[in-house]
Amino acid sequence: MQLEQMYQEIILDHYRNPHRHGLRDPFDAESFQVNPVCGDEVTLRVRLTGTGTEATVEDVSYAGQGCSISQASTSVLTDLVVGRPLQEALTKQAAFSEMMHGRGQVDPDEDVLEDGIAFAGVAKYPARVKCALLGWMAFRDAVSRVVDEVGAS
Amino acid sequence: MTVQPPGTSPVGTFDERAAHVGTVAPLDVPAIRSDFPILQRTVRDERPLVYLDSGATSQRPRQVLDAERSFLESSNAAVHRGAHQLAEEATDAYEGARAKIARFVGVGADEVVFTKNATEGINLVAYAMSNAATAGPEAERFRLGPGDEVVVTEMEHHANLVPWQQVCQRTGATLRWFGVTDEGRLDLSDIDSVITDNTKLVAVSHQSNVLGTVNPLEEIVSRAHQVGALVVLDACQSVPHAPVDFARLGVDFAVFSGHKMLGPSGIGVFYGRRELLKAMPPFLTGGSMIELVHIDRSTFAEPPQRFEAGVPMTSQAVGLGAAVDYLSVVGMERIADHERRLTEAALRELSAIEGVRIIGPTDTEHRGAAVSFVIDGVHPHDAAQVLDSQGVEARVGHHCAWPLHRRMGVPATVRASFYLYNELDEVGNLADAVRESQRFFGVTPSSTG
Repeated sequence: MQLEQMYQEIILDHYRNPHRHGLRDPFDAESFQVNPVCGDEVTLRVRLTGTGTEATVEDVSYAGQGCSISQASTSVLTDLVVGRPLQEALTKQAAFSEMMHGRGQVDPDEDVLEDGIAFAGVAKYPARVKCALLGWMAFRDAVSRVVDEVGAS
Repeated sequence: MTVQPPGTSPVGTFDERAAHVGTVAPLDVPAIRSDFPILQRTVRDERPLVYLDSGATSQRPRQVLDAERSFLESSNAAVHRGAHQLAEEATDAYEGARAKIARFVGVGADEVVFTKNATEGINLVAYAMSNAATAGPEAERFRLGPGDEVVVTEMEHHANLVPWQQVCQRTGATLRWFGVTDEGRLDLSDIDSVITDNTKLVAVSHQSNVLGTVNPLEEIVSRAHQVGALVVLDACQSVPHAPVDFARLGVDFAVFSGHKMLGPSGIGVFYGRRELLKAMPPFLTGGSMIELVHIDRSTFAEPPQRFEAGVPMTSQAVGLGAAVDYLSVVGMERIADHERRLTEAALRELSAIEGVRIIGPTDTEHRGAAVSFVIDGVHPHDAAQVLDSQGVEARVGHHCAWPLHRRMGVPATVRASFYLYNELDEVGNLADAVRESQRFFGVTPSSTG
């Protein structure tokens, strides 16, 4: 059934028990993103150690309101990027964005996206793509405020 | 050019329906549905379509589609220019549609302006008021400046809010608003201090696109006119669903859109009282709207042409005329009555589900057929996804009324909106789908306590 394809167990698990939820100090940059279609919003903070593109993502914290897709996607994001080199985190961000814009035609690389591949089914529903990308856009935007080499997407 | 008459559906029962005009005999919904080809289709895994999003856009009957096609196949030409036969026929069709639509809302044909949608109609007034600053003395009453006030309400669609925010920004006028009660009614308890001698304009919706609330216009219009303010009515959610007479309501301006009343998209209607249109400066300028043009200056045509710059949408006007014919034959009283039954059933069935909260009045008094709600523990976006998987096409989000959602303390709602082609059974489909969303997300009332 289509609904189960979209709402994978991983997504529902993250929605019910989100990882790293809440806003924490210290942080290097914060980004506020909103989905004007539905009013969902997320505030996301990043804490980096090291400088420039050699940095490592030490923490990502967030708060906001949104549907299961946006909440779960932000939770999965933190699993994928926290403790990783910034370059790797940005590669994952690019891969996730590519998958979500692929209308379900992009074959995701599980080595890169890990639990993020659970959102492949969401990509078939254009109205929900923005939900899945909300936290990821906030992450890229926050990083771009700290690291000059990273442009806001 | 003759517009194809309604009642040409294969079922051929339209005449029987016509016989009921003027009474409140129930609608023959299956016969009406047979006029709407799209309602026969299935969605998502072959489920029958349960279309509950007419508040966003309505579906179109064959009679409207045929009228557009027939016009384009027989008489298409640019209207109000050229002296050839096609131009003459096209102009007659266009002006015939205008006259018909004007009658439908109780006003004169010269008081009706075609716009691309209702939003443009509201912007037309807003920009005309800005332009009044540099127009002649006849435009005095449209001028806005510091000290003047524009009044809106907290339940307005963005289309009847943002243009007024902008006009205040451009002119230095102040924006004020009526609040909304917890029940979703307009709070007019402070009407005398909100609408004051400083008020130049009051912009209000006839019926809320979210709450379904029908606003008490008499009180608002009377107070506004007492202080010499103009009233702009957003009638997008009322004209398609009930008999509406702008002249009797006493409003100065009003707008509604074609696509929400069985007509084409790309056409809206702007009504302005004759004497106001005559004094009002233009918004968009260019061809068609002029009287005399010199290299360095121009004078403008009389209304409504003054407000219709460029070659207008023609087949859309003809299609909207056919939509008005269709609605008139069915009868607006009967449509309103039918929707009242649907609303009553929806309010009853949704309220009976534990964990569901209606956002808006829970009785059918002064209330239209838009029913918005939230489900405890299920985000509206997720609920709508489950509804969609059941074939129930409802709208989700803030429905272009963000301040209203903030006021009601919810980020978004699910909205079911009904029309003449909806069956009572579809209310049951909606309630079933809502229960399914609770089951899917594991928030059935027993598990949430």
